[in-house]
Amino acid sequence: MSHRRAEEPTPRWLARAELPRLVAALRAHGHRVLGPVVHEGSLRFDDLPASGELPGGWRDEQGPGRYRVSRRAGEEEVFGVVNGAGSIKPFVFAPREPLLQIEMDARAGPGRPFRAEPIRPDAERIALLGVRACDLAALAVQDRIFLRDRFPDPSYAARRGRLFLVAVGCTRAAPTCFCASMDTGPRPHAGFDLALTELGSGGPGGTAGFVARAGSEAGAALLAALALDAAPAEALAGEEAGYQACAAGMQRALPRERLPGLLYDHLEHPRWDEVAERCLSCANCTLVCPTCFCHDVRDEPALDLQGSVRVRQWSSCFDVEHAQVHGLNFRPHIRERYRQWLVHKLASWIDQFGSSGCVGCGRCITWCPVGIDLTEEVAAIAATSPP
Amino acid sequence: MSAGPSSAGPPGAIRPVSPLLPEPAEIVEKRSFGADLHAFRLRLLDPAARPRFDFQPGQFNMVYVPGVGEVAISISSDPDDADLEHTIRIVGRTTAVIERLGPGDVLGLRGPYGNGWPLQEARFKDVLVVTGGLGCAPVSGAIDYMFRRRASYGHITVLHGVKKPADLVHASRFEAWRRQPDTTVVLTTDQPDRVWRDRTGVVTEHFEEVELDPSRTVVLICGPEVMMRYAIRILRRRGVSDDRIFVSLERNMHCAVGWCGHCQLGPEFVCKDGPIFPVRRLGRFFGVHGL
Repeated sequence: MSHRRAEEPTPRWLARAELPRLVAALRAHGHRVLGPVVHEGSLRFDDLPASGELPGGWRDEQGPGRYRVSRRAGEEEVFGVVNGAGSIKPFVFAPREPLLQIEMDARAGPGRPFRAEPIRPDAERIALLGVRACDLAALAVQDRIFLRDRFPDPSYAARRGRLFLVAVGCTRAAPTCFCASMDTGPRPHAGFDLALTELGSGGPGGTAGFVARAGSEAGAALLAALALDAAPAEALAGEEAGYQACAAGMQRALPRERLPGLLYDHLEHPRWDEVAERCLSCANCTLVCPTCFCHDVRDEPALDLQGSVRVRQWSSCFDVEHAQVHGLNFRPHIRERYRQWLVHKLASWIDQFGSSGCVGCGRCITWCPVGIDLTEEVAAIAATSPP
Repeated sequence: MSAGPSSAGPPGAIRPVSPLLPEPAEIVEKRSFGADLHAFRLRLLDPAARPRFDFQPGQFNMVYVPGVGEVAISISSDPDDADLEHTIRIVGRTTAVIERLGPGDVLGLRGPYGNGWPLQEARFKDVLVVTGGLGCAPVSGAIDYMFRRRASYGHITVLHGVKKPADLVHASRFEAWRRQPDTTVVLTTDQPDRVWRDRTGVVTEHFEEVELDPSRTVVLICGPEVMMRYAIRILRRRGVSDDRIFVSLERNMHCAVGWCGHCQLGPEFVCKDGPIFPVRRLGRFFGVHGL
C-alpha cells in the first residue's frame, strides 16, 4: 500500500442533496460507511441509515468540562458539530483487542506445553465520513507509533489498511479548538482519500454543498465515478474564506515553538502541585485523546483453563498502577501523573516520534469533568518563565 | 477484499508476524538461592528458534506463563551458552506461579529486548561494577562474561551492598570473583549479623577505598535509583565522565517493544532505548522524583 497523490487535482462540487450518492458509491465499493451521528447527547461515528442521509442542523456547544448538542431550527448544515468524545482512534487502535490465542494441553496446572497463534481483526472495510483535520493528524501520529517504529503492529496495520477516509474541513471552531496553533488544521492537508468542505452557498444559483477533493487514487476513482462538475470559483473563494475565518476565530492556542524547552525547564514547578489539587486522575483526557496509546496486555484464561487469550486494552498514565513495578510505584501521586501526561504529550513525544502528541482537538478540555484546560496550564508555567 | 485503487493508507510494508508471540521453552534446570530467588535454565522447544534469541549481557526476555501473565527478566547466562538462564525474584503474581515450576515444565519466551552493557566499549579498560540489594542479576551475567574473557579487561572492581546478610545471594560467585587476579570485591551490609566478616554501611560509603583512574574506567551500576544517584554524585567528584557511567533502569513493562507506554522516563522508552543508559543520555530526566 502506498500513499499516492491523486492525478486529478480539479476540485469538484457535490450538492448537499447528492451526499447519499457518495455514500452509495462507497457502499458499492464494499465499505461499511460510518459518519457523525448524534447519540446519547454527543457525536460519534456510527452506521449511516440505508438512505445514506445525515440529519442536518445539529450544533455543538463546548467549553471546559461542558458539552451539549442541539438541533437548530433553520440550520441545514450536515457537519455542523465539530467533534464529539470519540475520535477515529478506536477504528485503528481498538479499545480492546484480542492479540493471541493460547492453547494448552489437557494436563492440569501451569508449566504445560502450549501453542500461541496470532488473532487478526476481521478485514471489514470501513469508510469514515466526516473526519476532521485534527483527527487525520492524530492518525498520522499513531501510524508513527504502531507502524513506523522498530516493531510494526500487525493488528493496527490490518485495521489501518482497510480504512477509507473522507475528511471534512472545519469552517467553524469550537471554543476548545486550537488546531491552528498546532499546525494541524482546520483544513485537511494530507492523509485522506477524499476531503470535503461544507458550504451554505457557493453552488450553482447559491445552493449549498461541498467542495470535494481527492487525496488518493481510490478517492480520485470515486470522484470520477460520481461524474461531478468542477467546483465554481465562488465556492473555492468561500472555502478559503471559511478556513481563514475559522483559524482566526480560535479562542485557544499553545505556544508550539516554545513547548518542549518550556516544559523540560520546569519539571519542578508549583503549578504541578496546583493542578494536582483539581485533577481527579479519572483518565477521561487520555480516553478521548486521539493520540494517547498507552495500554495494558493481559491474559484472559478460559474457564476450563485449556486456553487463554492475550488481550490488549487501553490504559492511562493516570491509572495508579501505570508506573508500578512489584511494590514500587514511580508515579504514586496525581502531580506526577499529570506532569507525565502533559510533558509526554507536548514535549517528549517530539523526541520519541518527531511530532507533538497534541493535535489541538480540544477534547481533553471539553471532557475533563473539572474543566482542566491544558492551554491554561501551559500558560501558567510560561507566565513564570519569560521567553 | 476487492483489489482496487489504493486508499490513503500509510506507506511501508507490514511485517505479518506479531512481535508479541511467545516461543515455548522447557525448564532444564532450577537452582534456588534462598526462598525467593531462583535461576531457571531454559531450552527452546524449537532449536531452530535459538538464533533469534542471541543476546548481549544486560538484555532481557519477556517470560510468559500461559493463562497467567508475562514478566520482563534479564538474561543471566553467557551469550555463548546454548541454554538461556533467567534469575527470577519472586515478587508478584506471575513470578509466584513461576516459583512452583521446575525441570520439564514449559514457559514462553520472547526477546531479546533492550540493549546490553557496553562490554565492547569496556574492553582493555578498568571496570567498576556497583550494585545494590537484590538487583545484581542484570549485571552478574556481565561480570561472568568479563571473567570468561579475562585478558580483554583491566582491573575489575565489584562493589556490592545488601541490606541484610541474607540478601547476599550468589555468595559463592562473589568468592570466586574475589580469587581472580587483578580483581577487587567489596561486600557491605547495612545490618551486619554476628557472622558477617565484610564491610558495614551502604555501598556508597566504600567508594573511597576503591582506586580508580577516571580516564580508563567504565562504571556499570545496577540497583535502587537512590543508590545510583549517590554513586553518580561520588563518581563525578572523582572525575568520571557521565559518558562512562552506565545505569540499568527498571520500569513497568507490558509489551517490551515501545507500544504500551508504561516504561517511559522522559523521552526514553526503557524497554527499547534501555534498559541500560549512559548517564549522559538521561541528563535532566534522571533523579527527578516521580518522573
